[in-house]
Amino acid sequence: MSYQNELYQQVILDHNKNPRNFREIGDTAHSCNGHNPLCGDKINIYLKIAPGDVIEDVSFTGSGCAISKASASLMTTFLKGKTLAEAKVVFEEFHKMVLGDLDPATQQHHLGKLTIFQGVREFSSRIKCASLAWHTLICAIDKTGETTME
Amino acid sequence: MPHFDVEKIRADFPMLAALEGGKPLVYLDNAATTHKPWAVINRIRDFDSKEYATVRRGSYRLGERATDMFEQTRKKVQKFINAADPREIIFTSGATQSINLAAYSFGKKFIGAGDEIVVTHMEHHANFVPWQLLCQEKGAVLRIAPITDSGEIIMEEFAKLLGPKTKLVAVTMCSNVLGTVNPVKAICKMAHDAGAKALVDGAQSTPHMAIDVRDIDCDFYAFSGHKMYGPSGTGVLYGKYELLDALPPYVSGGDMINAVSIEKTTFSKPPIRFEAGTPAISQVIGLGAAVDYLAGIGMDNIAAYEHELLEYGTKALSAVPGLNIIGTAPHKGAIISFTMDAAHPHDIVTIIDHEGVCVRGGHHCAQPLMARYGVPATARASLAFYNTKPEIDQLVKALHKVLEVFA
Ligand SMILES: Cc1ncc(COP(=O)(O)O)c(C=O)c1O
Repeated sequence: MSYQNELYQQVILDHNKNPRNFREIGDTAHSCNGHNPLCGDKINIYLKIAPGDVIEDVSFTGSGCAISKASASLMTTFLKGKTLAEAKVVFEEFHKMVLGDLDPATQQHHLGKLTIFQGVREFSSRIKCASLAWHTLICAIDKTGETTME
Repeated sequence: MPHFDVEKIRADFPMLAALEGGKPLVYLDNAATTHKPWAVINRIRDFDSKEYATVRRGSYRLGERATDMFEQTRKKVQKFINAADPREIIFTSGATQSINLAAYSFGKKFIGAGDEIVVTHMEHHANFVPWQLLCQEKGAVLRIAPITDSGEIIMEEFAKLLGPKTKLVAVTMCSNVLGTVNPVKAICKMAHDAGAKALVDGAQSTPHMAIDVRDIDCDFYAFSGHKMYGPSGTGVLYGKYELLDALPPYVSGGDMINAVSIEKTTFSKPPIRFEAGTPAISQVIGLGAAVDYLAGIGMDNIAAYEHELLEYGTKALSAVPGLNIIGTAPHKGAIISFTMDAAHPHDIVTIIDHEGVCVRGGHHCAQPLMARYGVPATARASLAFYNTKPEIDQLVKALHKVLEVFA
């Protein structure tokens, strides 16, 4: 296992360097500040939800390691146009994948390009980095507020 | 300086021969915890297999001998920090508990509404949160002494915080992030001149330099066994005897009582008043072995060698492109915190870990300090006298790997 093949792949490094949708959405009721107290990562998620529970726009701000930033960036590009129900399914699958409870190679899933994060399961101290944006997303869907990774 | 035979010392520490992912372990997280020499490991094994019994309870000979050894350790620690009296040495589970004990017992007796406690901006949460909570509970005021960009307490500003309301000054002797060694003797004098008591957090100083609590003239001094090559679960709170004798107990129960009746309990004298319950017997005995081991090498020799490592490491790390050292005070312990323009501390730590080098990344339980420097986290290499210059070279090589990945 090598960190370059499993963790710091080109796509992840690229999203870290040039994060997509890295901005605030001002006029929305759906936002949440996520925080990982262990490493100090802060990811804020903003969501604009259109009629029919469709994600019209999603963005993020904050500071963190390459994994948490790339995960947030890829998440935003993945979610645009999806419904909230679809987003929640992918959250569950993503969560299982990084914990090693879902193997994208052999099990059914809707993760698409997000499978690039499956290597994280080999780096237990980095699992929360990858899932911070997703936990913050769920918080933003449900309400406006703050969430802390325990 | 006499030649410091680091290879001989390394042979005393079995963990240093361990491999990490097939590579020799380069352990540079000594501010978090240190490895143990055979002297400590063997002492605990011998005690547990030949001499173990409870202390201060049995009247049989096995228990008496264990009690003797336990109390001998108290004397070893007393000598090690040059306390006046073994009764000034309280065994705790670590620096955190030591400081909590002081905050609770001192606070209960001496802190009231409107009183002031002074700490610094570079404190570990262990020497920050207990005082913050105490102030909240008592309606007292917590004052924070500011620091310079290089990581030194601004003494003029500190002096301004002291006044008739100041009841206690709590300051670290060596910052676990910046490495700064603070002028604690002068600080204690200033506290005393203002009529306040002074607590010194010695968690990062005790393992690395000769400590003389009487010369420092602190009222309390706290440290951890596991950061000084001893067992985890051990620590010490030193307190001047008269002060300790004036304080109420922190934890109550068995052992710390003089007499208990249905109506009331009277308490033992220090230190037993503050050591309720069965202590970490074998571990305290192991701590005694660590003290003997360190004394055998000599704290001044350790400090001189570690200073050499610090200078070498500072120079080597400064040469890494885009690396910024945080904490550049002239008087430092062998701790080098840094950030890199190219990568977040968490990513640095993961990559160099897989190159065989252990350093810590994070806020190091010093979030107010991180805020002071405007960084969410740092990477930190903290050195011990069993580290070597080739290990520092190894770290630098690994940091170049970080630059490669994040090019
Ligand atoms: C300066 C300082 N004070 C206190 C502590 C707390 O020590 P322990 O966790 O052993 O109780 C530490 C440990 O990191 C420290 O570095």
